[in-house]
Amino acid sequence: MKEQKYTITNDTGIHARPATQLVNKAGQFSSEVTLEYNGKSVNLKSIMGVMSLGVGKDAEVTIKIEGSDEEEAMKAVDEVVKEGLGE
Amino acid sequence: MANTLEGIAASKGIAFAKAFVLEQPEMTIEKKEITNQDSEINRFKEAVNSSKEELQIIKDKTLKEMGEDKAEIFSAHLLVLEDPEIIDGVSSKIKEDSVNAEHAMKEISDMYVTMFEGMDNDYMKERASDIRDVSQRILLHLLGVENTSLAAIQEETVVIAEDLTPSDTAQLDLNYVLGFATDIGGRTSHSAIMARSMEIPAVVGTKEATKAVSTGDTIIIDGMEGHVLVNPEQTVVDSYKEKQAEYIRQKEEWAKLVNEKSITTDGHQVELAANIGTPNDLDGVLSNGAEGIGLYRTEFLYMGRNELPSEEEQFEAYKTVLERMEGKPVVIRTLDVGGDKELPYLNLPHELNPFLGFRAIRLCLEEKDMFRTQLRALLRASAFGNLKIMFPMVATLEEFREAKSMVDDVRKDLLKEGQAVAEKVETGIMVEIPSTAAIADLFAKEVDFFSIGTNDLIQYTLAADRMSEKVAHLYQPYHPAILRLVKNVIEAAHKEGKWAGMCGEMAGEETAVPLLLGLGLDEFSMSATSVLPARSQVRSLSKQDTELLAEEAIQLPTSKEVAELVEKKGFIVS
Repeated sequence: MKEQKYTITNDTGIHARPATQLVNKAGQFSSEVTLEYNGKSVNLKSIMGVMSLGVGKDAEVTIKIEGSDEEEAMKAVDEVVKEGLGE
Repeated sequence: MANTLEGIAASKGIAFAKAFVLEQPEMTIEKKEITNQDSEINRFKEAVNSSKEELQIIKDKTLKEMGEDKAEIFSAHLLVLEDPEIIDGVSSKIKEDSVNAEHAMKEISDMYVTMFEGMDNDYMKERASDIRDVSQRILLHLLGVENTSLAAIQEETVVIAEDLTPSDTAQLDLNYVLGFATDIGGRTSHSAIMARSMEIPAVVGTKEATKAVSTGDTIIIDGMEGHVLVNPEQTVVDSYKEKQAEYIRQKEEWAKLVNEKSITTDGHQVELAANIGTPNDLDGVLSNGAEGIGLYRTEFLYMGRNELPSEEEQFEAYKTVLERMEGKPVVIRTLDVGGDKELPYLNLPHELNPFLGFRAIRLCLEEKDMFRTQLRALLRASAFGNLKIMFPMVATLEEFREAKSMVDDVRKDLLKEGQAVAEKVETGIMVEIPSTAAIADLFAKEVDFFSIGTNDLIQYTLAADRMSEKVAHLYQPYHPAILRLVKNVIEAAHKEGKWAGMCGEMAGEETAVPLLLGLGLDEFSMSATSVLPARSQVRSLSKQDTELLAEEAIQLPTSKEVAELVEKKGFIVS
């Protein structure tokens, strides 16, 4: 399993635009991708799930990926996060 | 029957046409027990697929006609249709509870709508409408109900609706739809924003337009005043036709001035700048041709949250503004809170008289760590444009000196850390306290610029709280004392080779512009939408005439007589 922590630096948190990109990217892999925030965990392939977390700026989130293509998936998701969401 | 509805003016302009009332499709959703779960799930998936096809078409159309930004919302909608939580959620509900697809869909979407509406964040609250929009589309397919199609409109129309969803607005054919009015919504709701970006007149929040109007009624939408006139009389129609022609003519005139200089007929040039609250306001600043930012109110970065914004967050915001202004001057005002503008997490004392209390620079010089963080973010951002730092509520020279020396210290620290800082960052003050205006000559030797904050200067000088109805008549922008203070500040600045601006509401008012021009004001900062009208006025005036006007005005005993003089002498163009 791959696991990576991030701090969201985007001013508006994870809202529609970045969430869309993130969900699209996660959907390209067969591994299970989850996003954890504030004690809750959701399917990162679900836009509803991701937005329902209400991740705001400065939030600490964890992304966990498990499956046959977890390596590539982590790399791809990591790129999307770093491009516009956080570090 | 003639009738006038009052609403919120959401998008400027005037439209005349027959009404098209958008009916909410009748949808009764009953809970039914089903026996063949698999075929019910298939039926649901078919409805989802048809919805997808429909949305894809709407998305392509929006992309083509309105650009990527506006089409993005439909990408989000499409994603909702592919969402495993929703699709699997509905499917498993059908399977486990043996209920019909309509009921399962409604249950799941209601759950998400409630969840989003309950969120402590306006953006997320708005997302509830996305889910409603998508689930409505699926339900219509499931029920086989024909959606009233806005896309089918083939003659000049104004649309009357309870609300317009993103998919509704995307279907509007602007060759036929001349404007719209809604029952609900405010200036920042989706429909209002879309109306402004499509540049069609709109009135929102009329509460009862769909009840008061029938399809085929003759309607006038007045997007300036927020009126919807139903079946108006011919005389009213005629006067609105004139108003419309005048508006269109004027808008065309103003639009020509976007890239023009703000220069008088006798060659005196001034800077017309805009006031902003967040980087989101920049689009309006640029499209209205402002020559700079005269006031960036940074308090919005600090408000609506539970802790101070980080240096990084502030840096990003300042940098964005500086970069997008491409070297044009940007005056950023350091934190102006305290008193009436509260930040709960600062635990500020309650005061009997907050306007005379612990706020703005007084607070910042006390909370030095907080202030230093802002100064660091500002100076780091200075490398990306033409930054000028302005301190609010300065009453004494000691305050300015202390703030200035903190700027100098922060600069040294940053340079030591190897950070880039612009070589020259002007530091100035907002002139809003009468004591400061009175000794402007002494300040002028030390500051780089003045910006007169008239909203507070007027209320402090006349000792009249403009929020208090009983004394509001004493809030007089053209009171001789105000004009004389303004004159004193401008002259003091010029004597030391410095510049003077104004960032209160007064700077964009058509009565004030000729007076201020005559008094020698260098920079006028106002709301972005006032810039073009003000530029048009400046370009019609001669500096010499306004100087004579100002000389005369300053001798008049009352605010009323000053305003009358400006009007009488023909300095107001519109």
